[in-house]
Amino acid sequence: MTVPAIRIASVTKSYGALKALGGVDLEIGQGEFFGLLGPNGAGKTTLISALAGLVRPDGGVLEVMGHDVVRDYRNARRNLGVVPQELVFDPFFTVRELLRIQSGYFGIRGNDDWIDEILASLDLTAKASSNMRSLSGGMKRRVLVAQALVHRPPVIVLDEPTAGVDVELRQGLWQFVRKLNRDGHTIVLTTHYLEEAETLCGRIAMLKAGKVVALDTTDNLLRRFATHSLRVKVGQPAAALALGGVEVDGGWVEFAFDSFAEVEQVLARLREAGAGVMEMQLGEPDLERVFIEVMHRV
Amino acid sequence: MSERVPRIEVGAEAPWVGFRTLLYKEVLRFWKVSFQTVMAPVLNAVLFLLIFSHVLDRHVTVYGDIAYTTFLVPGLVMMSLLQNAFANSSSSLIQSKITGNIIFVLLPPLSYREFYAAYVIASVLRGLFVGLGVLLVSIPFVELQLAYPLWVLSFAVMGGAILGSLGVIAGIWADKFDQLAAFQNFLIMPLTMLSGVFYSIHGLPQLWQDVSHVNPFFFMIDGFRYGFFGQSDVSPWLSLGVVGGCFVVLAAITLAMLAKGYKLRA
Ligand SMILES: Nc1ncnc2c1ncn2[C@@H]1O[C@H](COP(=O)(O)OP(=O)(O)O)[C@@H](O)[C@H]1O
Ligand SMILES: [Mg+2]
Repeated sequence: MTVPAIRIASVTKSYGALKALGGVDLEIGQGEFFGLLGPNGAGKTTLISALAGLVRPDGGVLEVMGHDVVRDYRNARRNLGVVPQELVFDPFFTVRELLRIQSGYFGIRGNDDWIDEILASLDLTAKASSNMRSLSGGMKRRVLVAQALVHRPPVIVLDEPTAGVDVELRQGLWQFVRKLNRDGHTIVLTTHYLEEAETLCGRIAMLKAGKVVALDTTDNLLRRFATHSLRVKVGQPAAALALGGVEVDGGWVEFAFDSFAEVEQVLARLREAGAGVMEMQLGEPDLERVFIEVMHRV
Repeated sequence: MSERVPRIEVGAEAPWVGFRTLLYKEVLRFWKVSFQTVMAPVLNAVLFLLIFSHVLDRHVTVYGDIAYTTFLVPGLVMMSLLQNAFANSSSSLIQSKITGNIIFVLLPPLSYREFYAAYVIASVLRGLFVGLGVLLVSIPFVELQLAYPLWVLSFAVMGGAILGSLGVIAGIWADKFDQLAAFQNFLIMPLTMLSGVFYSIHGLPQLWQDVSHVNPFFFMIDGFRYGFFGQSDVSPWLSLGVVGGCFVVLAAITLAMLAKGYKLRA
């Protein structure tokens, strides 16, 4: 048995009366590409921070590659690379200085070959001697990724790495992260872009109010929930909601089915209820739908 | 597949590299802006010296025959050293906390002891640079003896370490720059000003002499001055004891804060 890349057991964390994590259990295997999804405030960043030792949990155990993040923090941290959600940087240094310093913190000297490789992979070579202050937001984001990789951590956690990042950079970043995963790195990712999670992640956990409310392979989640759907834009959303629909946004209400045969009945009932259907769409299963359903169901 | 998983060789790294890097980074941080962090305080102290010497030199002597300006120089050196040692760790930490880049030193496998040592030693070094600067620039103005260099160095290093520790405490405790300024204005500045930088406490009324004796800064400056003149208000051994005791207590408090992760690992 190989140790899991990440093991999280009964982890709790409260901020005053607010329960940010209400007993989270999660095990992520080596080499997985894992998605951690959930609405804002679900506790994703808190969980990642606890894993990285930035937040002390009230209870529970967290391990990285079998190393307890509190008792054996040195080995846990050596095995973990974290790309933080916030776009933070040190304005005193150039990109290369920063990466050398970050290597040093991990006990590594003479890391320039690897630093050059990371810089090239992230298209940062031309910026190596630029001061951090002078970089654009997207460039700073890439430096954050580079900083997380200086010590070649087997486990890499990215907390919303593509928030506010343009499409081109997003594509490039995902290509790079995919390659890291192919090379054997375990990847854990949080994102708001559910299509991205759907195409990238082999397994997904959904977090809501500090609890894991769904945990399965991406394929199973897509199969298990909302096989097909009907979205209608109605004049009387209340009437449609009373028939078991789920409000999506802007007057759109969604119904989920196992087969398209049920569509006719629903339309008939909507007519009877006087919901006033103005537009409609039929949907194939996708992660966004699963997400919405899971979040409403629990 | 599994043999391609990157392996971390536990314990393969050279010892102390993490600590040395953090120290190097903290020194580089002030050195890159040494115009503000070293030159400016030296200039400040020299202005003090020029003004006071012009006004007071002919009228005041201390310890019998020592000219006031000569007496003043070690006080100014120490005051600059202490203030800059405090400024270094406190401003570095609060800036890192406010900008959020503190996480870059919290994510790596650095122990809280390494963290403490790096910040305090960097503070001592900045204090020593500034203190040395003030001393060198003062030399043309005064005839300064250097009776016991080892006493001078001991008090300089310990004073810097005490203020560096206070800076770590203040930098971690403060959430905003004005809280840090309050710490500086209501604690550090009064303690420094009332410590005998500008006078020998023997010239003070009894009450103020007694007050000075509960101010640890008084012992730092008095002991430091002893190293120059071989004369002081109290025995240098007493000063050494007080200053050493203060350092041990502050180091213990700071280390306990860091070990608990107070405010840094909430
Ligand atoms: N330092 C903190 N102090 C108080 N509340 C916090 C703190 N950090 C996070 N929270 C709260 O904990 C909850 C979870 O936050 P977070 O982990 O950032 O969620 P997510 O990353 O999923 O958006 C939120 O309600 C947030 O307001
Ligand atoms: Mg978050």
